[in-house]
Amino acid sequence: MSDEARGYRAGARAAVPLALAVGAFGISFGVLARSAGMGAFAPIVMSITTFGGSAQFAAVSVLGDGGSAAAAIAAALMLNARYLPIGVSIAPSLSGGTWSRLLHAQVTVDESWAIAAEGDGRFSQQVLMASGLVLGAAWTAGTALGVVFGDVLGDPAQLGLDAAFPALFLALLAPQVRDHLRRVYPSIRDAGGRPLAAALLGAGIGLVLTPVAPPGVPIVAAGLACLIGLLPVRRTEP
Amino acid sequence: MTEIWTVVVVSGIGSIALKAAGPVLLGGRPLPERVDTVVRLLGPALLGALVAIGTFADGQDLVVDARVVGVAAAAIAIAARAPALLVVIVAAAVTAAVRMAGG
Repeated sequence: MSDEARGYRAGARAAVPLALAVGAFGISFGVLARSAGMGAFAPIVMSITTFGGSAQFAAVSVLGDGGSAAAAIAAALMLNARYLPIGVSIAPSLSGGTWSRLLHAQVTVDESWAIAAEGDGRFSQQVLMASGLVLGAAWTAGTALGVVFGDVLGDPAQLGLDAAFPALFLALLAPQVRDHLRRVYPSIRDAGGRPLAAALLGAGIGLVLTPVAPPGVPIVAAGLACLIGLLPVRRTEP
Repeated sequence: MTEIWTVVVVSGIGSIALKAAGPVLLGGRPLPERVDTVVRLLGPALLGALVAIGTFADGQDLVVDARVVGVAAAAIAIAARAPALLVVIVAAAVTAAVRMAGG
């Protein structure tokens, strides 16, 4: 078997255990999107194109709260903004023409990116594509299932589904402030402290603005907390 | 419905562009470090806001209701390394229970 074929197999295999979790997560998205009034097809299309859990949940949350389309879009794009540096990080490892690079970029999500990493800043193109496709398929299939179940569930508030959103966002936030972030994003010094500070500052901005701004705007404004990244890092080594 | 599809289409195109910009346009050149750092903090910043607002906001009022208990239960589940779907179910179930008990 050629190296390339081996790469595809390895990528697909590595993605399978994650695919179950991603599929279940996709079901949550389908259910919550449906309960927020998004219909049956929009969530599925979103899972294929936006293809980012936190971005999709944020957009649905803003729309469900009565926020504007602009606020929902801004929230989604800010939560997918990390794919800009992630895309930059995989670029040197990609060979092929524009369309090939575009497709590889599209199947890049946190998990496929982490699976494809070879440790020294290089990524396996085949592992990325295979794992990305498996996870994308699981995510989309899960969404479709969730959309079907979501329709038969009934009153979201009675089921406590409104609490599902902040719980889910907390579950997404937790790994970003845990120490293993340092391993996945080695270029960030002082990795553990600043995501937590940004999260707390973002929470503060959001709460302060909620009584005075239209729905969705406090969330978008909270994005400004990212600017603490411009503050100088306290160096602990000489 | 048009609003929903506007969101889906624009965030879809935007996300595709964000992912593709590096490989298609930058051809392997790295982002300046400060840009990289700031962009990576957008996630935590927004997620922090989404947790806080989702827990305490009711329209434009800030309230303490059954959701706080649900989110606290979720935090415990997360600390126990429960998978995301279970965390969501725990939060919803606890919140629903608190509501039924009159909270």
